[in-house]
Amino acid sequence: MTTEQQVLDRIERARRRAPRVREEHITLAHGAGGKATQTLVEDVFVGAFGNPALEPLDDGAVLELGTSRMVMTTDSYVVSPVFFPGGDIGDLAVNGTVNDLAVSGARPLYLSAGFILEEGFPVEDLRRVTASMSAAALRAGVAIVTGDTKVVQRGKGDGCYVTTTGVGVLDRPAVLGAAHVRPGDAILVSGPVGDHGVTVMLARGELDLAADLVSDTAPLHTLAAALLDALPGEVRMLRDATRGGTATVLNEVARGAGVAMIVHESAVPVRPAVTGACELLGIDPLYVACEGRFVAFVAGDRAETALAALRSHPQGQEAALIGRVEAAPSGLVLLKTAFGGTRIIDLLVGDPLPRIC
Amino acid sequence: MCLGIPGEIVELLPGRGDLATVEVAGVRRPISVGLLGPEGVRPGDWVLVHVGFAMSRIDEAEAAATLALLEGLGRAYADELEALADSDIT
Amino acid sequence: MRFVDEYRDGGRARALAARIAALCEPGRHYKFMEVCGGHTHTIYRHGLEDLLPRQVELVHGPGCPVCVIPMGRIDDAVAIAREPGVIMTSFGDLMRVPGGAGSFLDAKARGADVRMVYSPLDALRIARENPGRRVVFMAIGFETTAPSTAVTVLRAAAEGVANFSVFCNHVTIIPAIKAILDSPDLRLDGFLGPGHVSTVIGCRPYGFIARDHGRPLVCAGFEPLDVLQSVHMLLRQLAEGRCEVENQYARVVPWEGNRRALEAIGRTMEPRPHFEWRGLGFISHSALRLREEYAAHDAERIFDLPGVRVADPKACQCGEVLKGAIKPWECKVFGTACTPETPIGTCMVSSEGACAAYYNYGRFTRERVREATRA
Repeated sequence: MTTEQQVLDRIERARRRAPRVREEHITLAHGAGGKATQTLVEDVFVGAFGNPALEPLDDGAVLELGTSRMVMTTDSYVVSPVFFPGGDIGDLAVNGTVNDLAVSGARPLYLSAGFILEEGFPVEDLRRVTASMSAAALRAGVAIVTGDTKVVQRGKGDGCYVTTTGVGVLDRPAVLGAAHVRPGDAILVSGPVGDHGVTVMLARGELDLAADLVSDTAPLHTLAAALLDALPGEVRMLRDATRGGTATVLNEVARGAGVAMIVHESAVPVRPAVTGACELLGIDPLYVACEGRFVAFVAGDRAETALAALRSHPQGQEAALIGRVEAAPSGLVLLKTAFGGTRIIDLLVGDPLPRIC
Repeated sequence: MCLGIPGEIVELLPGRGDLATVEVAGVRRPISVGLLGPEGVRPGDWVLVHVGFAMSRIDEAEAAATLALLEGLGRAYADELEALADSDIT
Repeated sequence: MRFVDEYRDGGRARALAARIAALCEPGRHYKFMEVCGGHTHTIYRHGLEDLLPRQVELVHGPGCPVCVIPMGRIDDAVAIAREPGVIMTSFGDLMRVPGGAGSFLDAKARGADVRMVYSPLDALRIARENPGRRVVFMAIGFETTAPSTAVTVLRAAAEGVANFSVFCNHVTIIPAIKAILDSPDLRLDGFLGPGHVSTVIGCRPYGFIARDHGRPLVCAGFEPLDVLQSVHMLLRQLAEGRCEVENQYARVVPWEGNRRALEAIGRTMEPRPHFEWRGLGFISHSALRLREEYAAHDAERIFDLPGVRVADPKACQCGEVLKGAIKPWECKVFGTACTPETPIGTCMVSSEGACAAYYNYGRFTRERVREATRA
């Protein structure tokens, strides 16, 4: 007779095995930022490219060049539609890469831009995209210094894809990363979550939903700097909550740091229309992408200072303290629900799908 | 099964069959109100929305009655706690 | 949100939880089945079990249309999706559910045009916009969802949208509850009735559960206070020796149901002689198909379906889990052959299935989680 403990041990053993991609073909889930993406990255990419700079799998790689330290990061943007309320693929491509540098603690300096254009894409639209890239670069104080263009046949792309690579320099001595997060730390978000993801979902038009929402796409380098300056050496880690949303960031950090996260549902800022859309579609705003918000982990006794520093910045006025890091149960994110219960917030396999049941 | 969300009818869409615009926390969508019976709906009515259809009208009196009942259970509990505290003879 | 937030109030919940604890007879264990997957979702989402005394156990029932659809039907749907010129439309829930030969997402990855819709009316719109394509709506769901499919079929027929069809997999809840009640290893003390199904069928059809099977049923709403209040109502019935059908969700559920919705179903659909449920096997008159008059919109008649039955593996004990007879970990294949990545049975398919939930979270006992979140 097998006991419950034996069954649980068996599951733990299975979970510790190195992740392996079981699918024969790439599915959309592999790009959604959840479990499937993680498995793909760890099995296929780390398996092929593994090296010490890559392996922390943080937003940017920290590189030593002579006496200076720089951060390098890259990201591809495939948002559909290309234009949406509050932004377009151009803002997103600049801000997203600037943010990956900013949350690594770096001062963003230079960007590259690669375009994959579909035959038939209007030049006028391309001008709009490049104009917003130029404006976003100006706002973020970076220069787009190199680029590339490829055109694919009609039907083989979705209008316009953009890839940006960014480099920045680390001026501060402290290095941020999941490895520094420890029990007792406070968890903050820099603003309401889920605006971008819901805005884009509605902008696709397939769901026939309308709301007065705009994307939160924005460069976060000055907000990040404000926080880092207010708490020298006491910010453990920052991460922008993009694909997979806040829940995915919390899970990645919980696993990376071997700690638990306790988050209070009622403390997480969510705009009413984001809540409404999520209720209608049966999805959880914690899993919805942002493009101008980060999650910050700071020393526990400095939470109020951190909150004040964020709130005194125009982009952080709605920042909130949402929870605390604990020692156990290691690797888990627990949500204290507004109702008084507790729920585990796990990584999703793929995208949050609208559900009817 | 069957995700259903309360929404407020904000506009009827004449000329579009039995469609009406419903609003849930500022999010609007056209839905069919054809299942709701001959008396129809008016702006300001609340309905339960499921897969783009109004499935039933929300009965405000019943909603208030349920809340009153919950309130009553809570009050009775608070009274008991108080009574318990009062009876503390240590 | 009105009619939502007031039923999620933590303060009221604590008071209600205390009333529930006070109603429990010392030493007695209560097992209530929430028939509906929506309730299961509410229970997990709000962490409701933390508020219930340990004497009260909630058993997750068969009311998740995504979980109970047999694999052979998914394979049929995937076969339709892969026909040339077809646009398959489906609710998001079903996209990831695997048949014997993969899911809709896999089919999409191999080139099939599978699109997610929010409403069957959206599928009809896609058909109107793509007159050169054959647009199929994958219809799943209980009586809550069947009327929307019915109205869409009626509209397609009236407008003559000839390229629109429905692959009908609608199921009905009463035969499934009957199947559970008839099982010899039944250990349930009462039911939380499916609130949204009841907006359509009303509360009368549950009468036999109290009358013939001696189990109380409370038709329950979907906010956490609704569920707690329904548990309280069940316990009160047991304490007072009553056994009735009660309606906790009267703000939404009329006792008589929705006559128009039932008429729409009746006009377009008829019961199938029998239908297979994943985990429960074949159940007579438990599903609906389109009537002959609507053959032009019936994907089952239009397309040549493989129609191959994929049997649940013999070792799979989902049926017993669904009936509350065994715990997930007691199943022979749990955690070995059957995992969330490679689900064998219905309870592992959806993240809210009893086995998937236990696999993901069960290793952390309530006590450990409570300890971590105290303070």
